[in-house]
Amino acid sequence: MAYTIAVEGLSKRYGATPVLDGVDLHVARGGVHALLGPNGAGKSTTVKILTTLVAPSGGRAVVAGHDVVAEPAAVRRAVSLTGQHAAVDEVLTGRENLVMMARLRHASRSAARATAEQLLARFDLVDAADRVVGTYSGGMARRLDIALSLVGDPQVLFLDEPTTGLDPRSRRDVWTAVEELAGSGVTVLLTTQYLEEADQLADRVTVLNEGRVAAEGTADELKSRIGGETVQLILPDLGALTAALIAVDGQGRLDESGLSLHVTTDGSAGAVRDLLQLMAARDVAVERVAVHRPTLDDVFLALTETTQEVAA
Amino acid sequence: MTAVTTEVGTLIGRSVRHTVRSIDATIVAIVLPVLILLTFVYVFGGAMQTGTEYLTYVVPGIIVLCAAHGSAMTATSVNHDLTTGMIDRIRSLPVVGASLLVGHVVASVLRNLVSTAVVVAVAVLIGFRPVATPVGWVLAAALLALFMAAFSAVSAAWGLLVRGPEAAGAISFVLLFLPYVSSAFVPPETMPAVLRGFAEGQPTTPVVETLRALLLGQPVGGAAVPAVLWCTGLLVAGIAASGWLFRRRTS
Repeated sequence: MAYTIAVEGLSKRYGATPVLDGVDLHVARGGVHALLGPNGAGKSTTVKILTTLVAPSGGRAVVAGHDVVAEPAAVRRAVSLTGQHAAVDEVLTGRENLVMMARLRHASRSAARATAEQLLARFDLVDAADRVVGTYSGGMARRLDIALSLVGDPQVLFLDEPTTGLDPRSRRDVWTAVEELAGSGVTVLLTTQYLEEADQLADRVTVLNEGRVAAEGTADELKSRIGGETVQLILPDLGALTAALIAVDGQGRLDESGLSLHVTTDGSAGAVRDLLQLMAARDVAVERVAVHRPTLDDVFLALTETTQEVAA
Repeated sequence: MTAVTTEVGTLIGRSVRHTVRSIDATIVAIVLPVLILLTFVYVFGGAMQTGTEYLTYVVPGIIVLCAAHGSAMTATSVNHDLTTGMIDRIRSLPVVGASLLVGHVVASVLRNLVSTAVVVAVAVLIGFRPVATPVGWVLAAALLALFMAAFSAVSAAWGLLVRGPEAAGAISFVLLFLPYVSSAFVPPETMPAVLRGFAEGQPTTPVVETLRALLLGQPVGGAAVPAVLWCTGLLVAGIAASGWLFRRRTS
């Protein structure tokens, strides 16, 4: 299978500090791929290398058929980058931003205006087209940012944390915009700190941790690897805690901070009911119950524990 | 070649729009030199002994001070493009790297020529009587444009080098300081030996001297060559440093 993004053994060091340490990544044409990881995992560095902004220390990366080190100009013609902060010109209007970007991609004046018109409509910015971008909401600015990235019909679009710092409504707007891209044939690589976002938008997810790939797969595969949701049982005293732990045959995680036990379930109401009935049958007085959906912390905890076991 | 012209033209247009729309910054850029002019003429002027009427002596100096101050603002705008990711975005385009910087520098020169014209007009209103020939005016404008381009290019490099807007703005103190320790406001002969050596060896003195000679219709003399050499040298150094930094700096 031919990949639009093919990365093998990519590494980057700043001085003696390794930021990327042998990253492999393969993204199929037309797919939406998420790089998921916490701050400092190497997500942005990967994007900067793939968009030729930063040179790798080792390994090989081919984007749209061109090597990022040997043919940076060809890569730049094929890709577009939307950075962590909306790189829009706040002093210009939305339309002027789009026309400027089209002109910088060497479109004629009339073609640039037509492109601007079309993208304003596609990203629901027609009403705000002639307002200065400084007056836009966060979500509008980010939508304009993505529209700017699409000027010149790039084959590959890089979105570096497209929803960081946005309110929930703006985040949903950006998600809609990205979902529309998915059907258009452009290959999207997005980075995010949110499992929910990767889940919503990406066909495949690569989890990065400390510069290495911790896991790769579909969002469902990753979630099943960490065992779905956990039910937290809050117990009145140590005796009850011990009894509860015995009741689940030790298949639970004790909370270090207090008297509570986390039990992994599939998240269904039936599983919670079964667990509570089991506790009732053993006369364990459960004070309160909380259901936790897996967070990024859980994913990392689970995945990094796995990799440590493999390494050991 | 036409592609490069389009890029540069587009980015000059952008920077000019910035100037026109950031009207408060533009007003400061024009009002400040006018206030400095009035301060020097009416506050310090009475005490100054420069051999000629002080207004006549100081106007070329004020023009250079104004140009230096206005050019330093390039550092802040370039730094803003760096920190907001605009430079990353433009670098990821198939655009010649220098276009953005040329855009900033050209817009800075245009902005400064306008504010210089205002300063000259105010100076004429309060009694400055330049006697330059038409050729003299053209040469004076050309020298000023070269000076503005040189200081703007150096400021652009500074703006790419430092991390934030405060640090970027700091270069204006350096560029404003240079005209003070030059022949702009008082003849260097009146300074202590060390300062005098600095005043006579730094770029603004020959620029001020040449400008003064051109505006007052005097023979240009030996200052013109060092003035042009200094400005050309700083322009080349500024462009080279900016180009190098542009390829390496990222937000």
